[in-house]
Amino acid sequence: MTKTISFILNGDEISCDIQDHWTLLHLLREELGLIGTKEGCGNGECGACTVIVDQLAINSCLFLAADVQGKQIQTIEGLAVHTGSLHPIQQSFVDNGGIQCGFCTPGMIMSAKALLDKNARADKEAIKHALAGNICRCTGYVQILDSVEAAGRQMAGNQGKGAAAAKDPGTITQQSMNKKAGEVIT
Amino acid sequence: MKPFTLLTPATVEEAVAMFGQHKETARYMAGGTDVIVKVKEGWMGPDYLINLKQIPGLDELHKNENTGELTIGSLVTHAMLEQSLLIRNEYPIIYDAVSNIGSLQVRNMGTIGGNLINAVPSADGAIPLIALDGTALLAGPAGERSVPVKDLFVKPYETVLTPGEILRKITIPAQAKRTGSAYIKFGRRAAMELPLIGIGVLLVVDEDLVTCTRARICLGVAGPTPRRAQKAEDLLEGKPVTATLLTEAGTLAAEESQVRDSVRGQAWHRKEMIRVQVRRMGIKCLDIINQKAQQTGRQV
Repeated sequence: MTKTISFILNGDEISCDIQDHWTLLHLLREELGLIGTKEGCGNGECGACTVIVDQLAINSCLFLAADVQGKQIQTIEGLAVHTGSLHPIQQSFVDNGGIQCGFCTPGMIMSAKALLDKNARADKEAIKHALAGNICRCTGYVQILDSVEAAGRQMAGNQGKGAAAAKDPGTITQQSMNKKAGEVIT
Repeated sequence: MKPFTLLTPATVEEAVAMFGQHKETARYMAGGTDVIVKVKEGWMGPDYLINLKQIPGLDELHKNENTGELTIGSLVTHAMLEQSLLIRNEYPIIYDAVSNIGSLQVRNMGTIGGNLINAVPSADGAIPLIALDGTALLAGPAGERSVPVKDLFVKPYETVLTPGEILRKITIPAQAKRTGSAYIKFGRRAAMELPLIGIGVLLVVDEDLVTCTRARICLGVAGPTPRRAQKAEDLLEGKPVTATLLTEAGTLAAEESQVRDSVRGQAWHRKEMIRVQVRRMGIKCLDIINQKAQQTGRQV
């Protein structure tokens, strides 16, 4: 059955006709031409199709398009600003060698963004926990984790410039971040 | 994927009526992490998919502070449970079990109700709810009824739900003072993996902090359905809990289990792990109880 849905895609209001059995992944890639989101396994095992729906990372291959009605969707295409400068997470993947073949990268970056938007000071354990559903078959996991950690540091720093970020209640991560920051300086 | 018509009821009653209209050509869908995979793979091919996600109130998660009863709506996602401070602080066995189901993406979609009704022998979500003496409230064509979570499962992929019935919520009675609980999903890796064996232990102790007044030992992948090891529970109740006694309980639990060889591991390995992990989880329960007792002592 065909129906019309409206939602916000990377900040733009969108209205389109969909079929009931379409997944969000199908809608993005095959109908809207946003092929940055990848299809890996198609069964929610690999994380290549990860997008953010209302601040939550989900597998778009298992999410029905009909369920995005009224929601906010972020995909990899929404990260770089229109002038061409990359989002801090994207830049960090470039700077830290977090990319090999690149197929898993959009999913990795969207999982990282969902985490760092909530807690830019996430420590390595938290990063691993959040990225455990994203598989990289080139297996360059160490650089990927480093990329996310470095991006988090930068995003936390940017937040600090705007507001008093020092009052973060997450004391344990705060301490571990301070220690790591100290190591970098000395 | 085989095309289907998606129906979006606004209430449980409306969903039940929709099922009544379409009968076996319809399927209910909660989080979709199992149903969509099955439709994609051709293991099921419903003409109508009844989407429970949009029904308001099915995702409520709250504790009644007067009665101490915890209500978990069937559409509460694993991530909601994992991120709830209430669950983390007061129901550690639930936190332990849900925080390693699938991946974060799957936990953001998958629901506790779906995990139960899918009825796999390895359902991580079922073990803590059985250990906590949870009750499932079902709604169907003939009205509502309650079933203890431990009695929900018939065999792999089959529950006591009759056609058209929906799991509305799970309620957990008030926990006794001095309760400790813990779960371990034991396997080669945690993410995107089913456990080799799942072990949940809940202990309640007397004021002396050692005599066990209630024990729950629940096992996943130790038989066709999630189950309690009642001989092991009986051994613990009424006695001072020690590491030696916990090892004996673990041995009994391993003996009464119906583990078997499978692609993920051998029966003997599973038995050994039940023996070891019942003890370890029991000790973790005692640690939690002692920690809480010390905190309370300091406050006084």
